[in-house]
Amino acid sequence: MDWGFIFSNTASWLLAPETIAYAIATVGLAVHFGYGGLLNFGQAGFMALGAYGYAISILTFHLPWWAGILVGMAAAVVFAFILGLPTLRLRADYLAIVTIAAAEVVRLLFNSTIWESVTGSANGLGGYHESFDAANPIPPGTYGFGPFQFNANDWWMRIFGLAVLAVALVVVWLLMRSPWGRVVKGVREDEDAVRALGKNVFSVKMQVLVLGGVLGSLGGVVLALPSAVVPGVYLPSLTFFLWTILLLGGAATIMGPVLGSLTFWLIMAFLSVLLPAMSSAGLLPFMTTVQAGIVRFIIVGAALMLIVVFRPQGFLGNKKELTFNAR
Amino acid sequence: MVAAGQVRSRSRRFVVLLLGVLLAVLTLSTLMAPPAHADDVNTTKYSYIFSGNVKYNNKPLAGVDITVSGNGYKAKVKTDEKGQWSVGVPKKKTYTITLDESTLPKGVIVTKGANEIQAKFGFTDEKSVNFFLGKGERQVVSFTDQLIGRAISGLNFGLMLALASIGLSLIYGTTGLANFAHAEFVTFGAVMTFAFSVLLSFPLWLAVPLAIVLSGALGWILDIGLWKPLRKRGLSIVQLMIVSIGLSLGLRYVFQYFIGGGTLQLPDTGSTKITLFGPVVLSRTDIISMSISIVVLVAVAYWILRTRTGKATRAISDNPALAAASGIDVDRVICLLWILGAALAGLSGILWAYFRPGIKWDMGWQLLLLIFAAVVLGGLGTAFGALVGSLVVGLLVEISTLWLPSDLKYVAPLTILIVVLLFRPQGILGRKERIG
Repeated sequence: MDWGFIFSNTASWLLAPETIAYAIATVGLAVHFGYGGLLNFGQAGFMALGAYGYAISILTFHLPWWAGILVGMAAAVVFAFILGLPTLRLRADYLAIVTIAAAEVVRLLFNSTIWESVTGSANGLGGYHESFDAANPIPPGTYGFGPFQFNANDWWMRIFGLAVLAVALVVVWLLMRSPWGRVVKGVREDEDAVRALGKNVFSVKMQVLVLGGVLGSLGGVVLALPSAVVPGVYLPSLTFFLWTILLLGGAATIMGPVLGSLTFWLIMAFLSVLLPAMSSAGLLPFMTTVQAGIVRFIIVGAALMLIVVFRPQGFLGNKKELTFNAR
Repeated sequence: MVAAGQVRSRSRRFVVLLLGVLLAVLTLSTLMAPPAHADDVNTTKYSYIFSGNVKYNNKPLAGVDITVSGNGYKAKVKTDEKGQWSVGVPKKKTYTITLDESTLPKGVIVTKGANEIQAKFGFTDEKSVNFFLGKGERQVVSFTDQLIGRAISGLNFGLMLALASIGLSLIYGTTGLANFAHAEFVTFGAVMTFAFSVLLSFPLWLAVPLAIVLSGALGWILDIGLWKPLRKRGLSIVQLMIVSIGLSLGLRYVFQYFIGGGTLQLPDTGSTKITLFGPVVLSRTDIISMSISIVVLVAVAYWILRTRTGKATRAISDNPALAAASGIDVDRVICLLWILGAALAGLSGILWAYFRPGIKWDMGWQLLLLIFAAVVLGGLGTAFGALVGSLVVGLLVEISTLWLPSDLKYVAPLTILIVVLLFRPQGILGRKERIG
């Protein structure tokens, strides 16, 4: 086995756009669930809206890239309202079912052949990078060292993603230590108590849903930057991976999503090379190379179960700040 | 399943089939020689090439549109005067190749449903793809006949959905757990039937009950091995729900580990259609499947309404603490519900494998949101609500395809689910107090 390749491939995921995009979307999920106590299982829908909003405004409406991002964010706001109006007054598990259903509706609509000329149907959209690449301030060339050697455009999308992530982290950090953030946490802990203080709980929940959804859409944009937008990516499994990341890092923490995303992707990337390599080297005689590639997803499922049962506060969380006592 | 094929008479279909086979043999034999002047798209640009030859009755068809798409790539090609075409693609992966039927000459059709082919490269970088053409007209069926056909199909689907939903609803009613892993019982039932009937060559009358018993056993194992200890640990319902999501994710990939990513078929899948009366055409499997569903559902209804355990179940749904205080062994009843729910879901999976048709590792997952839609529509936690909700969802899914394209057929029930929560969150048969 080529350990050098295995480790350098794993290390390159430290700076992968996927890692950054998942971290941004998970920050949104942390706002929803960690701080606001909302069980959103439709984050993949918000990400899809961000990615498609970005790609469609560039390809169909010929808008510049930054306007595309704004369109994606606006779509997420609208979606949050549609989602929130019927469900935020209901119990937590209803919100979970509705969000997951709504995210699937979004994916199926993008997947449908009706609007194929705009959405690209099941093949998705590509070739919208020109405008974003034209804004690249880095002169052409290859930079970096070791596993982190990328060309100017690859660095540009990574730096942009990291900047979005940093802004998201600072905004969430500032908001959550503001009076508004304390109300949000209050709603999570005891809705009735907050209502007794004269706050409009429904409105606060809606604001939380919108904020986290917009962050989700930004995650979708960053995920769309390197290659293409394909509806098959925005499956409910994507949301579940984000939940695994969130609970791994710690739900009501600022850096939890970042740490969770790094851990998740490093382990996934490591196993994605290691297991097939072990299988072709004959170390796993009972499985084929294809089967060896599937094992890591079984591990994700098992990991999600184990974290929730044995360490629900994650790496960084505080056990006192647990939000599982939903009504 | 309805439209084209069934209206044609049997002998005519046989002729078409024969022609198709002949055509295939002919096309394959002509392909042994490399294509001479095929209409080429991107064949010099990319090194992986799909090619084919469109002929009918040994006469090449020119100007037929063929589209190759997949992996973010799409190319369109017209066949030349020799009926040949070839398209280069950037990756050695699976692509969807579609023949545009409207560009075929009048009186020629692609025989049943095969105008779209999923093509994959073998060991070489070239792959020939051929369509089976036959004589025939595209069928036009009157709207009422279509509606009746869809409604019956929807009823069949709704009944099997009900089998899967009842377990979820009863477990939700008694434990408060929205079990996202419930649909894995559906896949499990189908996969086990495949294992017994195809791999071990058991007869179906033995394989199906064995698979149902094993599904029930899986439910039992999960309850005593996982859910009961977690309940005793005092996990909240949200934690339990996330555990079920992890379990569902893990189990799905366990299925993929064993059966791969493709579609498997159970024995006797494409049985002959029988015209009952007027537009009502059902296959033998459809009739058996609906009868089984109805008998089982009636038995479950009797069990809930009349037996002691059924009454105990309703008592626990009402108030677990009070039920325990009045001498009901809550854990035993819940365990029974897991076994029953899992077995019913397993049965539903077997029936669904015939209805779809085919077994896939994520087939249960495709059903899960419809199950949730049915259960919420009918009223979470009520057994009869699950039945009513399932029938509504089943009919909606099938009838909506009259107006919506079939790739959107799951959108209608999911949208209805969201709308119902706006106006009547407790569902059709639910009581107001449940929504909290």
